Amino acid sequence: MSDMPVNSVTTRSWQRTALGDFWAVAAVALVAGALFLLFPTNLALLTRIIAVMLLVLSLDLVTGFSGVATLGHATLFGAGAYAAGIFAARFGVTDPLLMLAIGAVAGALAGAVTSLVILRGHGLSQLVLSIAVVSLAHEAANKLSAWTGGSDGLSGIAPSPLFGLFRFDLFGRTAFFMAVGLLLVVFVVLRIVVRSPFGMLCRGIKQDPVRVRAMGAPVYFTLVKMYAIAGAVAGLGGALSAIATKVVGLDSLSFTTSAEALVMLVVGGTGKLFGALVGTLVFVWFEDRVSAINPFHWLTIIGVLLIGVVLFAPKGLVGAAESLWARVRGRRS
Amino acid sequence: MTAAKLEVRGLSAGYGQTRIIEDIGFSVPAGGRLAVLGRNGMGKTTLFATIAGQTTRFDGSVALDGAEISGLQGSSRALAGLGYVPQNRAIFKSLTVEENLQVGLKGRAESAIEEAYAMFPRLKERRRNMGSQLSGGEQQMLSTARTILGRPSVLLLDEPLEGLAPVICDELMAAFAQLASARTMTILLVEQRIKAALEFAESLLILERGRIAWSGAPGELTAQPEVVERLLGVGH
Repeated sequence: MSDMPVNSVTTRSWQRTALGDFWAVAAVALVAGALFLLFPTNLALLTRIIAVMLLVLSLDLVTGFSGVATLGHATLFGAGAYAAGIFAARFGVTDPLLMLAIGAVAGALAGAVTSLVILRGHGLSQLVLSIAVVSLAHEAANKLSAWTGGSDGLSGIAPSPLFGLFRFDLFGRTAFFMAVGLLLVVFVVLRIVVRSPFGMLCRGIKQDPVRVRAMGAPVYFTLVKMYAIAGAVAGLGGALSAIATKVVGLDSLSFTTSAEALVMLVVGGTGKLFGALVGTLVFVWFEDRVSAINPFHWLTIIGVLLIGVVLFAPKGLVGAAESLWARVRGRRS
Repeated sequence: MTAAKLEVRGLSAGYGQTRIIEDIGFSVPAGGRLAVLGRNGMGKTTLFATIAGQTTRFDGSVALDGAEISGLQGSSRALAGLGYVPQNRAIFKSLTVEENLQVGLKGRAESAIEEAYAMFPRLKERRRNMGSQLSGGEQQMLSTARTILGRPSVLLLDEPLEGLAPVICDELMAAFAQLASARTMTILLVEQRIKAALEFAESLLILERGRIAWSGAPGELTAQPEVVERLLGVGH
């Protein structure tokens, strides 16, 4: 192998990566298509799941890949949701793609600004700072009711037809297809980001920030940059939620939403993009089903699920599946 | 980046309030090769860590091509051209070989990784292996390659051969010799294996209880077996 020409190795590596991306996108698209066919009357829930997936993917970037402890990540989701909603309801910017762009920019700005505070702490103090940030954001949204609608929520969001052709119908088809398209694009972009030298630097920081600093890499600035990217992703999720539901509530930037996102990430597996997707899908779907079946004890059942996952699949569902696959392959060979 | 002259003057340093090295002074010309010898606990690693900005400096200065760097933090010194391969290798164990190398690129194109593979072909064979799956020698190659990818002007190698099989030591020393022959970086080496250090270096320092006890050329040291026995504790 070492005698192989450099160009040949590079080409093979590039092909393998592109093929990996293709299969990853195909898998996500296949699952989305299957869910569309199996649950055609539940498209609103599926769209909500995709919006939350973007939040959890964003959280994975800062927590799973970069090692930042945060319980305030909904701040970025809420920033995107409120920005897109306010621009639509107050300034008449109703083009859905423009609303998504506004959400992404607002999320990125919120990510960059809040990271300046959150990254000052480490470990527990970092967690406390992140909780303080989300609490402040929540309170600010509550007080600025003239803009945000306060506790009543921001309403009056009426997105125009997608590409001027597809109206956001009552059954949620347009929103669902837009959400799937958005998720696929974000997923591919994030796969490129996390395997780039920048992504590797973030993973290096997670493992040994002292060593990375000694190598001359700017740890703080790198994490701020990752936070801004994560903010854009969460902001997209928030804007998608605003477009799909046509309302933005205070819960979009609450501590509870932040904590749930962390739980979903742990359920799926941290530091794995598929983990964020699987964790969100399983958690939200399970939560929705269980609460419908047993409205009195559904939280207990959710609690049992979480304990089961953490005890028996500490690397998350995707981590457990990977271990199982590795074991099967090991036996075969 | 091209090789830089390293000047250390009156350097005293340690950890917290404890002084480990005292009044160390030496100079290595751009592209030169210096080996630091001494028995265990004599301050060799502390000297390198101090040059890299990772200890408490009490007195003295460190300069690269005449530019003072003693006041800079470790990260800024690395940016100024100082490359430090620590004794514990400090690779990222849950990243693959290739991913470890990507971390060391410092803004260079990913194709630069091929330079590392050219230097250590063994890394190319194992580029998809996790850091934790590498042998000690491979970890050392990876740590060295990752540092060299940043194109330092001065490279500090702290006991790179420690705990390695002779065949791996030879492979590593051949790579260091090749690197040194290009004269694109000044290389300082801490090494317990005297023979390897003598073959590699143009000049030597021997530390004894945190101070320079002897300095000179390899030929001078081999002509003084009593110094070798007294300061390094081995017959020559």
